[in-house]
Amino acid sequence: MELIVQGIIKAFQLIISFDPEVLGITWLSLKISGTATFISLFIGISLGTAVALTNFYGKRLVISLINTGMGLPPVVVGLFVTIMIWRNGPLGFLEILYTPYAMIIAQAIIATPIVMGISLAAIQNLSPNLRLQILSLGASRLQMVWVLIKEARLPLLAAVMAGFGGVISEVGASIMVGGNIKGYSRVLTTATVMETGKGNFDIAIALSIILLLLAFLVNLILTQIQQRQHPR
Amino acid sequence: MKMFRSSKVIITLLTVALLFAFGTANVFAGKAVPKQKNIILATTTSTQDTGLLDVLIPIFEKQTGYFVKTIAVGSGQAMAMGQKGEADVLLVHSPEAEKKFVADSFGVNRQLVMHNDFVIVGPAADPAKIKGIKNAAESFKKIAAAEALFLSRGDNSGTHSQEKKLWKTSGINPEGQKWYQQTGLGMGQTLNVAAEKKGYTLADRGTYLAMKKNLNLNILVEGDAALLNIYHVMEVNIAKWPKVNAAGAKAFADFMVASKTQSIIKTFGVDKYGSALFFPDAGKKVEDLGK
Repeated sequence: MELIVQGIIKAFQLIISFDPEVLGITWLSLKISGTATFISLFIGISLGTAVALTNFYGKRLVISLINTGMGLPPVVVGLFVTIMIWRNGPLGFLEILYTPYAMIIAQAIIATPIVMGISLAAIQNLSPNLRLQILSLGASRLQMVWVLIKEARLPLLAAVMAGFGGVISEVGASIMVGGNIKGYSRVLTTATVMETGKGNFDIAIALSIILLLLAFLVNLILTQIQQRQHPR
Repeated sequence: MKMFRSSKVIITLLTVALLFAFGTANVFAGKAVPKQKNIILATTTSTQDTGLLDVLIPIFEKQTGYFVKTIAVGSGQAMAMGQKGEADVLLVHSPEAEKKFVADSFGVNRQLVMHNDFVIVGPAADPAKIKGIKNAAESFKKIAAAEALFLSRGDNSGTHSQEKKLWKTSGINPEGQKWYQQTGLGMGQTLNVAAEKKGYTLADRGTYLAMKKNLNLNILVEGDAALLNIYHVMEVNIAKWPKVNAAGAKAFADFMVASKTQSIIKTFGVDKYGSALFFPDAGKKVEDLGK
């Protein structure tokens, strides 16, 4: 109990004093996970919507695969990405192992199936009559898709938040492809693991609290957008 | 349609913000920027957990303009990385494995950097009664006889290799015994587990001292020559892996044995822990250590 109190005090101290290293780590976490979520948002919502709206042979199988992808173990993604991008791997010429870019890629791979799966369900949940109604009003296919996405705003934003939550909190892939390099690829989660390993529990708890605060702030903003009432 | 336009504005703003964030993600000012700027240093957890590299690396980077990517894993994994050409220079402490590494031509220019020693730590109650025993292998025998809980790194690290050597000397095979538990974790975390479970473990003095205030473990056995913990720096052989940054590796190795660096190593930790965590040895012979 005392340890947790120490951790809270430490978190307070670190935030109030604008400790540069902690600020840097926090900003980097936000940048990397934010970028990855952004990428997954585009790919996930568009592909999820596409699968939801088209009928093709093997659709159920594809949906099962996407749903399985939602539970893809981050550490497995990290391992595969590492093998792909290390020096002597097929993508070694890119030289992005142990860089924040590799972390963004790995996190995007983790988040995309999550966003895709939930978007898929969200769009499928819309009444098929709605689609016909919009088209009958003279909308083009693109306009119809855009209106459907806006109609499903609630669950789609939930999908984005789920994707963000998945990657801001993940550590296995980030350590493997990022290398936890001080001032360069060290983020809140990887720093927490390292400080725990060193026995600096107060710092580890402080970093955890800061991570939770960060996640809360981002989700606060996203929830505002999600729950916003349209003037009717 | 008004909705559509404002969404476009939001998307544009977000994209601009992202590009800005992306652009500032990797601003790196080096002095005289060398051609191949990145060096991948594969090292053990003890050099990172004690904070030694946090002191040395910035000095090296400022001096040379290289960017060092320190990947702290166990000595075993570090050498595996070297074998696959995924690291440029190694700073490890697993002498037998290192010698094989060099013999197999994966590493070149193996140089002695520093040493400290291992200590056998355990609970104050000391159920196996090993406190003060001079011979490390003897104390291992007593731990086995008492079936006292022993935590092993179990990860092919330098510490793990030293521990296995001691078991071999003692003639005991602890594998599969109930009191012998392998964590697979780094030194700091293994010490935490040992402290929590009130068990014995083998630790390097540096990491133990750095973590002492949070643990409830005492040093029970120390000083045996078999407990010497010796660090070497090795450059990965460019002949085997052409993509290796050989110039950078050499620069780092030279830095580690340079007299100025060695002085820093000599005083590292004194103000914080009361005694130095590492003893600089560049240029000495291994046989002369600890004498």
